[in-house]
Amino acid sequence: MPQSVKNRMVDYTLAFIVLIAVFICLVPFLYILSQSLSSNRAIVSHAVTIYPIDFNIEAYKVVFGDFGMVYSLLYTVVLTAVFVLIALTVTILAAYPLTKKRLKGRNMLLLIMLFTMYFSGGLIPDYLNIKNLHLLNTPWALILPGMMSVYYMIILKSFFQSLPDSLEEAAHLDGCNDLQILLKIVLPLSKPALATISLLYAVFRWNYFQDALFYITDQDLYTIQLKLYNVINISQQMAGENVNVNLPSEALKAASIMFGTVPILLAYPWLQKYFVSGIMIGAVKG
Amino acid sequence: MKALNSSAVLEKGNSREKPLNKRKGLVSYIKQDFILYLMLCIPVAYIVIFKYVPMYGIQIAFKDYNMFQGVSNSPWNDFATFKQIFSSPQFYQVVRNTLLLNGLDLLVGFPAPIILAILINELVWTRFKKASQTILYLPHFLSWVIIGGIVAQLLSPTGMVNSLITHMGGEPLPFLTNKYAWVATYTLVGVWQNAGWGTILYLAAMTGIDRQLYEAADVDGAGRFGKIWHVTLPGIRSTIVILLILQLGNIMAINFDRPFNIQNNLVMDFGDVISTYVYRVGIQSANFSIGAAVGLFQSVICLIFLLSSNFISRKLGENGIW
Repeated sequence: MPQSVKNRMVDYTLAFIVLIAVFICLVPFLYILSQSLSSNRAIVSHAVTIYPIDFNIEAYKVVFGDFGMVYSLLYTVVLTAVFVLIALTVTILAAYPLTKKRLKGRNMLLLIMLFTMYFSGGLIPDYLNIKNLHLLNTPWALILPGMMSVYYMIILKSFFQSLPDSLEEAAHLDGCNDLQILLKIVLPLSKPALATISLLYAVFRWNYFQDALFYITDQDLYTIQLKLYNVINISQQMAGENVNVNLPSEALKAASIMFGTVPILLAYPWLQKYFVSGIMIGAVKG
Repeated sequence: MKALNSSAVLEKGNSREKPLNKRKGLVSYIKQDFILYLMLCIPVAYIVIFKYVPMYGIQIAFKDYNMFQGVSNSPWNDFATFKQIFSSPQFYQVVRNTLLLNGLDLLVGFPAPIILAILINELVWTRFKKASQTILYLPHFLSWVIIGGIVAQLLSPTGMVNSLITHMGGEPLPFLTNKYAWVATYTLVGVWQNAGWGTILYLAAMTGIDRQLYEAADVDGAGRFGKIWHVTLPGIRSTIVILLILQLGNIMAINFDRPFNIQNNLVMDFGDVISTYVYRVGIQSANFSIGAAVGLFQSVICLIFLLSSNFISRKLGENGIW
């Protein structure tokens, strides 16, 4: 067999293996999607695989008709937006001054911040701290404790450092103070890095579940993740008690899972682009 | 010459502090960079209030914590909390489970992205390559609550996977109900979530490999596999070493969301890890001192592992994390 034909065969085999991996990534989504769109009868008889059977949107009507669910989605959107705004501001406020080598105490402050990446109080002291600050059952419990990731701060700091010094020097000679330099020169030049950091924070806040479980017991303040957790894990008992629910809980659960996934899917093109660049900035630093 | 150059650069960077008299004290420094210090106030306050105050709170691990007396005023208990946890079989079980699940992640979850990255790197059709990467990254962006929900539906006794198995004449597998099978499920779900995303750093390292090496290998008559073995793998060796050391450093650390959302009551013998145990004992049952003590035990071991792994990677000539 000639070398080129053999090479082609290897190419096709490799492509086939990667295709299987891609398929494995997608199948769980297709299954949940088809379940959410299938009829009671089809699900109970285990006929549903990766395409809907007896297509209908009853489950989605229930999910979208559930005020609590829609409310919690919108609430989480607002919470995430506020979190990103605060976190981005605080991260900039730390990253920019710490790029200045002339700043007294800079290394000390960096060390104090870096140490928290290696050692922390732990879940219980964190919890008691939030409790003592009277933040339990407030949205602030989900915003303030995570409002600066030291790791992202370091990423942003190394991006600031990669900007040419001469620009800042020139602005300084023109009489700009540090705040003006930051606002008028550094930040406009850092838009891609700021976008990356914002999205990192946004996905963190959107997906993070632990703090909501620990700090929030008031149903009105449930994030979408906590709400979904309850739907996924408690709906069996609910369906048992509630005779009015003539939908299989499976379809409802599947529709709820899709409901919580769609916002991420909508943002996915941007997420992918900026996340990859974020991981690269972090790696170059490392 | 080189040293001269760098000192010149240093001086240039410091030029703005030159006019300042060296004998002036702290106040003049703060005056000079008042705005910068003002900016730092908020992040520093954040770090102190939300990171260092909880560290001060660790002392409740050595006290009989009483809600009304608070952290500072509760009485010391002469290591009674630690005596209690070190004599409790459940503590050893959750430590073992943490090490077991992290060990399997290391054994199975660590090589998976390397293999996948090599496969992707070998693809010749650029569009197909891009499209598959896009889809392979997707699971990384889902929350563990959603993944937990998907797993529960997909792998339940009546889920799709078991339906297919019975359809083909097999016996249903207890993916989520048998504790041994659950360990495999936990590990493989981790691979599903992370293998695609984990390829990014390896693929980046692969693009940095000199093309000439491949051409030279061609001349030497190396086949496809020979080139992977002798050029690609050595080319990403340092990336592999750094990431391996990092993951080893985190062997005692375990996040909460993943085990909590995949575990169920039937598999707690293997599914209960330090983080979920601390939640149950510390927060649900309000045994704050025990929760804090277990957490402290974990933090200290984590710190030792992280510092040693950082030290080793520096010794190996890599940069470490910082």
